Amino acid sequence: MNGNNPKNQEPLLRVKDLTVEYPACRGRKVHAVSGVSFDLARRETLGLVGESGCGKSSLARAIMQLPKPTAGKVILDGDDLAACDPVRLRILRSRFQMIFQDPASSLNPSRTVGASIEAPLLAMGHHGREERTRQAKVMMAAVGLDPERHYGRRPHQLSGGQCQRVAIARALMTNPRLLVCDEPVSSLDVSVQAQILNLLREVRGEYGLSMLFIAHDLAVVKNIADRVAVMYLGRLCEVAQCEDFYRAPAHPYSMALLDAVPRPDPRHLLPATGMLPGELPSAIDPPSGCRFRTRCRRAEALCAMECPELREIAPGHKVACHFPTFVKDL
Amino acid sequence: MGKRGSITFWLAIGWIAVVIVCAITAPWWPVPAPDLIDPDLLATPPCVGHPLGTDTMGRDIAARLLFGARVSIIVGFCAPLVGMVLGSLLGVPAGFYRGRPERLILFILDTLLAFPGLVFLLVFTFVFGASLTTITVALGVLTAPRFARVARANTIRFAEREFVLAARGVGAGDFSIILREILPNVLAPMLIYMLLVIGFVIVAEGGLGFLGLSVPSPAPSWGGMIAGGRDILDQAPHVSLIPTAVMFLTVLSVNLIGDAVRGRLDRREGQL
Repeated sequence: MNGNNPKNQEPLLRVKDLTVEYPACRGRKVHAVSGVSFDLARRETLGLVGESGCGKSSLARAIMQLPKPTAGKVILDGDDLAACDPVRLRILRSRFQMIFQDPASSLNPSRTVGASIEAPLLAMGHHGREERTRQAKVMMAAVGLDPERHYGRRPHQLSGGQCQRVAIARALMTNPRLLVCDEPVSSLDVSVQAQILNLLREVRGEYGLSMLFIAHDLAVVKNIADRVAVMYLGRLCEVAQCEDFYRAPAHPYSMALLDAVPRPDPRHLLPATGMLPGELPSAIDPPSGCRFRTRCRRAEALCAMECPELREIAPGHKVACHFPTFVKDL
Repeated sequence: MGKRGSITFWLAIGWIAVVIVCAITAPWWPVPAPDLIDPDLLATPPCVGHPLGTDTMGRDIAARLLFGARVSIIVGFCAPLVGMVLGSLLGVPAGFYRGRPERLILFILDTLLAFPGLVFLLVFTFVFGASLTTITVALGVLTAPRFARVARANTIRFAEREFVLAARGVGAGDFSIILREILPNVLAPMLIYMLLVIGFVIVAEGGLGFLGLSVPSPAPSWGGMIAGGRDILDQAPHVSLIPTAVMFLTVLSVNLIGDAVRGRLDRREGQL
């Protein structure tokens, strides 16, 4: 748990009212991310979970300024990235890097993986060719690849796990402070998932990284995150320390998510509340008030009228619900 | 390359190599000059002195085939190259930027595709005169829209990949992304398509020769030679059939090579 380092009170990343909207047909808008705010402390890992289409990737890309968000602030080390001019942003980009879900798609198939790892140095400028190669080989060794054997390979000659190692090496080449991981293990075999998670944990300690770790697999997040944030239809529902979240989720959506985790126990029955009814509503026309109310068993008239703010119900435990579950209720 | 089909592939490579070597070494072969008229031997079958016979004006067919190969090879390779460059310049930005620029470029391409090719060639050669250069450029422009479509489709395919996002993530600009990330990947399918277009262009050049729109006579071209023999097809079929066979083999070889290379590329892509 590195989240409470007293030396650095100021968080590394502060996201304020981040909004991402895409144009849809007939002048309508897709509200992918709506007013999301959170902090990420130095050396902390925040796990972001939610079902497909809830805006996790949009949030990650907005933080990466790929492209810039529609509105809101992304403050990294005191610099508001969303308000930066392009020249300054280009310099700052070395401080935040991203790894992607599909390892094969995140590497250029026409290049050797060595060249892919060097590419960030080339884009940032001022490094000689030999120096780039040297640094790339050092980094390859650091992520568990054999520099001599793998440097000249092409992505299709490597396994998914090896490709993901290359992607991690590439992201670390600029010596970033923040690493945004967009479902980095979702497309890998379970055994390889564990290896990549171990590697991420290793480099996190070694390079002092803060991580935003996006996943839809709650078990994976439990494994790596210090805190967990749950997202539903473009809004945060709940932010809590990892153990608090898994022990006592307060938002009805979080509870449904945790209930939906399959358990390797044939005697285990589905909870009395059953599975979540209905489907994820359209982000083009999200429900009024609380966005979860259309699928929530606790929804009342208030939920349709007023959007619940993210409120602190316990130290470090924030919930956006009018009727959260308190630990004492359980 | 699999065992099956590899023999035809190498035969095709061999034939193309022979044609290219012949085109280069045309002046040094022990045959009469291609425009030397032998008034005593009109449309004779192969004989001593004329290994492939003579045409209707008594010119040596072998010599004309050798020099005609130059026209076919230059037009066949350079016109698709012109088309590929023009097509990339239109297609890659269209696929990369999408939206309004794409619609504008697609409109231009549709217009070009709808315009009758033959009319375009007639007007082009009428305005700029029929020479090797104008025919090459004209056929290049004519194939450019198809190249542009291939370039656009492949650019769209790769522009959505995450490695482009990763390049943006380290601050790479549009130009650098197109040059370093997109073009190397678009090049392979473009070259495969070019191999198919080469065959089309060689046939098209032949067709132009038939209409008298290819390189002006007396310079030899395969199309012109085929056209020259059509009046005496019943008496001396070899005058037309020999250049036809040569053109047929060349186009077939180019297409076979194109298919083989594409199969290989597909297999590589499949592993991704």
